[in-house]
This record gives sequence, C-alpha cells and structure tokens, in this order.
Amino acid sequence: MSQAAATSAVSTDPSRRARLAEFWYYFSENRGAVIGLVFFLFLVLLAIFAPIIAPHDPTAQYRDAVLIPPVWQEGGRAEFLLGTDAVGRDMLSRLIYGTQFSLFVGVIVTTLSLVGGIFVGVIAGYFRGWVDTVIMRVMDIILAFPSLLLALVLVAVLGPGLTNAMIAIALVFQPHFVRLTRAAVMSEKSRDYVIAAKVAGAGHGRLMFKTILPNCMAPLIVQATLSFSSAILDAAALGFLGMGAQPPTPEWGTMLAEAREFIQSKWWVVTLPGVAILVTVLAINLMGDGLRDALDPKLKRS
Amino acid sequence: MTVVLEARNLVRDYHIPGGLIKKAKTVHALKGVSFSVEQGKTLAIVGESGCGKSTLGRILTLIDPATSGDLLIDGNKIDITKGDLTPEMRRKVQIVFQNPYGSLNPRQKIGDILTEPLIINTKTPADERRERAMAMLKKVGLDERHYNRYPHMFSGGQRQRIAIARALMLNPKLLVLDEPVSALDLSVQAQVLNLLADLQDEFQLTYVFISHDLSVVRYIADDVMVMYFGEAVEYGSRDEVFADPKHSYTKTLFAATPRADVASIKARLAKKQAA
Amino acid sequence: MALLEIENLVVEFQTATGPFRAVDGVSMKVHEKEVLAIVGESGSGKSVSMLAAMGLLPWTANVTADKLTFNGRDLLGMSSSERKKIIGKDISMIFQEPVASLNPCFTVGFQIEEVLRIHLGLDKAQRRKRAIELFEAVGIPDPAERLGHYPHQMSGGQCQRVMIAIAIACNPKLLIADEPTTALDVTIQKQILDLLMRLQAEHGMGLIMITHNMGVVAETADRVVVQYKGRKMEEADVLSLFESPKSNYTRALLAALPDNATGDRLPTISELFVDEPSLQGAAR
Repeated sequence: MSQAAATSAVSTDPSRRARLAEFWYYFSENRGAVIGLVFFLFLVLLAIFAPIIAPHDPTAQYRDAVLIPPVWQEGGRAEFLLGTDAVGRDMLSRLIYGTQFSLFVGVIVTTLSLVGGIFVGVIAGYFRGWVDTVIMRVMDIILAFPSLLLALVLVAVLGPGLTNAMIAIALVFQPHFVRLTRAAVMSEKSRDYVIAAKVAGAGHGRLMFKTILPNCMAPLIVQATLSFSSAILDAAALGFLGMGAQPPTPEWGTMLAEAREFIQSKWWVVTLPGVAILVTVLAINLMGDGLRDALDPKLKRS
Repeated sequence: MTVVLEARNLVRDYHIPGGLIKKAKTVHALKGVSFSVEQGKTLAIVGESGCGKSTLGRILTLIDPATSGDLLIDGNKIDITKGDLTPEMRRKVQIVFQNPYGSLNPRQKIGDILTEPLIINTKTPADERRERAMAMLKKVGLDERHYNRYPHMFSGGQRQRIAIARALMLNPKLLVLDEPVSALDLSVQAQVLNLLADLQDEFQLTYVFISHDLSVVRYIADDVMVMYFGEAVEYGSRDEVFADPKHSYTKTLFAATPRADVASIKARLAKKQAA
Repeated sequence: MALLEIENLVVEFQTATGPFRAVDGVSMKVHEKEVLAIVGESGSGKSVSMLAAMGLLPWTANVTADKLTFNGRDLLGMSSSERKKIIGKDISMIFQEPVASLNPCFTVGFQIEEVLRIHLGLDKAQRRKRAIELFEAVGIPDPAERLGHYPHQMSGGQCQRVMIAIAIACNPKLLIADEPTTALDVTIQKQILDLLMRLQAEHGMGLIMITHNMGVVAETADRVVVQYKGRKMEEADVLSLFESPKSNYTRALLAALPDNATGDRLPTISELFVDEPSLQGAAR
C-alpha cells in the first residue's frame, strides 16, 4: 500500500528545496513556459558575454561594407553573418549588444515600478479611507492617458535618452502594480494571522511590510514578468520615435527607427531587430504564463 | 481567588453608514454582557452564529473597543480608545483562533512566528528568544526540528498547537480561545484539549473558551455563559447550567445537540419499529 | 438486490510528490430505504469514495474497483452521456457548504428549475409549480417569493434546504449527503437532519450520510461504516457499533468523545489505537 506523506505528516525535506521542487513540477508542465525560460536564459548569457561572442564592435562603421545583405543572400559576406546597416555596422553584433540594453531596460523599469507600486499600494490598501481615495484617483488619472503618449510627454519634458525613457515607462506602469498590491493587501488584511500579529503588539509598519506584504507577492511576480516584456516594447517604441535611446546605441527600437526607410528595399535592417523584439517579448510572456500557473494556489492539485 | 477578568455591561454597536439608497443601520452585536472569571478557571461562552460571541472575544482580546461598559483585566480598567493599551496590558491577554489554516502566517517559519511577540514587546536577545521559543515548542508537544519549517507542512492539530505556543510566549494571564477545536478531527481534538488542561494547571492560566460544541464545553468548563442575539441568556457554573437550564433557548440548544449514547439509539430504533 | 454496490474501490491521485492513495480497497453496499452512515476523520477517504462512485473526481484521479454498480448497472464503465442521465436524477448528492455549493450568479429558482428542465423535461409553468411544491416540502417559507432570491441573500440553513430540494427534485433512489450539517449551527443542524430523515422515510430513498460527528451517526443511521486513512475499519448496525465496537479504531473514536470522558484526561486515539495495516485485518 503506497501512501505518500503528502498531506498530513510533517515533511522531512528541507522546506526550501521541497517548495522549489513543487514549484518546478507545476511550472514544467507548461511546455511554452519552459521554452520561454530557456530562451530567456540564453538571452541573459548573450548579454553577459556580448563582448566575447559578438564578432564586431557594435558602433564600428565599415565604410566599404554598407548595406551588405545576410550571408545566405547573394552579395552576403561571411564576416557579416546578418548583414550590415546603412552606415556599415554589423547587424549581428548590434543585435547581441542590443540584448544588454533590452534586459537592462526590463530590469530597471520592473524594479522601479515594483518598488514604487508596492510601497504606494500597501499604504493605500492598509490605511484605506481618504489616503486610499487620493492615491487611487491619482492612479486613475495616470491610467486615463494612453500609456505611450504619457511616456512620450514625460520624456519630452525630461529630455530624450534611455534613462529618462526608463523613468517615464516606470511611471506609466505604476497604476497596475498599485492596484494589484492594494487588492491583495485588502484581502489579506482581515485574515486571522494578521489579527494575531496585531494582538502580539505589531505596529503598522511591521504589519504592512513584514506580515501582509510577503503574502501578496504571487500576483505581483506575474505582473512583473509581464511588465518586463511591456517595458522592452515601450522602450523600443520610444526609441523608434526618436525619444528613447539615441543613436549610435545598439538598442533594438532605435535600430528600427534608423531603418525606417529600408523597409521595402533592405529588409534585414528592419526585420531582424523587429524579430528580436518579438521573440524576446514572446519568451518572457510565456514564462509569465507558466509562473502564474505555478504560483496560483487554486490551480494546484495536491 | 483573584478575579482576572471582569466585564460590566459590555455593549458593542456597529454603525453601517447609509448610502443614497440604503438607510443607515445600527447593528447591536452586544447588548450588555456582564461576567467575571477567576484565575485558573475556564469560562465557556456558548452560542450559535450571530450571537455576538466572536465580537465579545475581540473586545476581550483588546482588538476592538466596546461602545460602552467596563472591562477590567487584573483589576485595571481598560479602554483601548483612551490609549490604555500599554505593552504590559497587551501581554496579559492573548488569543487562539478557530481556523488553524489561517491563523499562522504562511510565509513565516515557525521559529519566527514564535519569536515575533518577543521581538515586538521585549528586549530579549536573539539567542534567548530562540531558547524560549524552542522550550515552548517542546512544551506543546512538538519537536526541535519543526523550528525551521513553514506552516503548510503541518497538520491542523499541529498548527493549533503552534498557535497555542505563540499565544503563551508572552506569559499571558488570560487566554481567549475562539472555537479552537471546532475545525479539528475528534482524535486531534482530544490531544489539544488535554494540552490546554495541562497548560492551565502548569501556568495557572485563565481561559475564556468560546464554542458551540456542548460536549466539549461540558468537559472543560467551570462556568458557562449562553449567548443569544447579543445577550447572555444563561450564566452559571457548568453543573448548574447543564443540570437545570432556565432559559428556553438553552433548553432548545441542549435538545438539538445530537447524543451519541446507546440509550438514545435504542429509543430511536424502538420508535422507528413502532411507526 | 442492493441499490449501490461497491467492491474493492481504489482511488489514486497524481500529486507533485507522487501517487497518493485516498481510498484503498473499500467495499460496502447500500439498500433501498436504509440509512448508511460513513464515519471517519479527515483523510479517511469518505467523501472521495462517494465522489468516485458519482464520477465527480478530477482527471488526476485514477478510479478502479472490482465492482461499482448502481441498481445492477456498472458505473465505472458507463459512458459519460449515460452517466449524466443517472447522476442528479436517480442518484443525487448534497454537500457541506450550502452557500458555496449554489451558483452565486443565478437565483435559486433558476437553479432548481434547471434540474427539472434537464432531467424531467417539464415546461415553464410545470417547472414553476413543481419548484414551489419542492420548496414547500423542504420547509422554506414563502416559496413563491424565495424563487427569485440569490444564494447570498439566504442563510446557511435555507441554502441547505434549497440544495435538498434540488437533490430530491427527480425523486432519486439514492441520496448521498456529504457532511450536510457540519457548517451549520446546532439548532439548524437538528432541523436539517429531521428534514432529511423525514424525506428519506416518505420517499423510501436510500440515504448515505457522510459525517465525522458520532452524534449525527447515532441519531440517523441504520448501519455504519467506519473509515480510516482510506480503509474500512468496521461495518456494523448502529446499535452494535456503539454498544460493542469490534475494531480498535472505533473503540478509540468512541472513547475520545468528550461525552464519554471519565476522569481528567481524554484518551487520545494514538493511545488506544495503533495503525498496523497487516495486523488490523480490516474488513474488506
């Protein structure tokens, strides 16, 4: 008779390993999520080892090799595997270095939005009353603007550049995190363990950040992965409009902007950065799906 | 014997504000409840849902204030709206909740759950805190190796023990237990009740035991108070109340409780045969 | 012939830590007009075995049995369309949390008329008439008005009555009640149990009462099955079970009741009962 000591007996596994194992069990069921994760790790490796992997310097201009097609097309050269752009820079190297910028943008924007959104959301959800009303109305105002337009206005005010683009995008993402955190805090606030901590004498700060917040993380983690990919997209859009990273930065969106005129003729200058953006965003979104499935207790089976 | 807890005419009203369509309402959750409990004794508060026993529990544990009436703990009048809630008073009353699956923070290790009251209220150094938590863990029948585990790895009965251990970390004089064994299996219930009895003897604890299960109440209570719609309809020693209930609601309650003894089974079967 | 026959039922779940056997070789029979109580603590598999018989378990469950028949028809091998004709009509079930078991988005009238429409094919006027009749039969006051209420507007006891009305709508031969009164107050519990027993006697239904409360068993059952960790520990008629329990587990269970307490300490089950599968000789 086989009975796994799953439910009632105390597990003998060190708890962290057991939790990771359980998490991986649910995550790995979603093939897309695993593929997304693998691809994402590949991108991270590319970004870290870019100087070693990339065949050329991304800003080096080869005047004698302008608009060379990829190696498999007629006229292609082996030293420029994916061709060159309008001023003779190697596409492959630019794409590889571009991962650095995209991941950088994703990390910074997500961190900023998470930290800001969590802080504001916890305060709104915990104190309720007029504090909550004021905060949520401000968030509503931010949400009322089309996100890209708002980012554009902010960057126009702050000045073009990748840093300012990241700040602008982070601000635009605030309401999503604030809302999620506030909702989670409101539902956890009335639970017994919070009252128990209150009875033990915990003050507001400890209750908000040590007791309630750790239990609200699951939806926030999922939202963070989704905003990672949105940040990359928005940074690329701003770059395309000339308000994000400035040339000669090898950021994928900026590369698209510079190649606008070649959409019909020299397809590789436009399509390759576009495909890079597409595949990255897809991979991260698939990962986010898998994360949500693995972290949502209602979908758990055991 | 010293009176640890005394309540005089506690009233609790909830005001539900009206909106454009609804009128404002006042819910009278408690309509004037009085009782007293001596040290080392157990007062059981019995009632069904909506009778106000949980509201009373929250007032006794100093979570919510009473709208009017006096609450005296260890002879000192307490009114939390007037800032009477000093850390010293906070330490005198603790609570054990009904739901073992919600009363422990799922993201905290057991050791942290137990040492948290000490961190907040005392200046005990870290290693002494750990020692005391370990000692309490053993006292409630668990093990040292459970110290670093998370709540979801424990069964309902074990979690309730941890909740009891947490409540005792600050050496309270009064423990309010809100249906602590209702969510537990019969076998586990027996263990937890035995544990509570042992702890009461050892630490001279006073219990306010809220329950709807009359068989448990009959077993552990010294005094019994029956509540119905915010009022105490019956109050007396356990033997008095069970032998001679005076109020009609108490009688209805006793009549409705299913009896698990051979004589009633025989009577029922005989009635069925005759029908 | 028995109404429901179960022989050697095994239910295994796929979990993150490997297969978990919730029901391990349980056998029992339920006859017409009798009340069978299945008693056990949490983890005994009492609910899971009945859900398996009804075919209501999720796909992660693996259900096998030597025999699982209702009125002579094999339940295991049945196609889902055939099963749909029986479940809800000839066998029905009521659950523990009455407010949560009703669909919060629809009125209770809609929910009971849904059953009447699907299983009995009645037209609108007939459905409404029958719904009012059923509400009266289960003791809901103002039935015509109540039909338009939503579950959250009704108390737990009333929702349970609605559930019972839905369950008996098609005059089932067998009613399975899964801890129907655990979430209710004591006085309401008595009313619901009385109602169930009255309906059972009137309609001549078989009734399976799943519970962990020995008092409920004593007041309702004809025969009792005691389960522990997925195995059947004892099966007896109710008087014999309480007077002279044969299994150590049953004895321990009865001794742990606070009502039966002698002295200061309650004997705990682990003091009186040691789980040794090979030695128990569990009645299969």
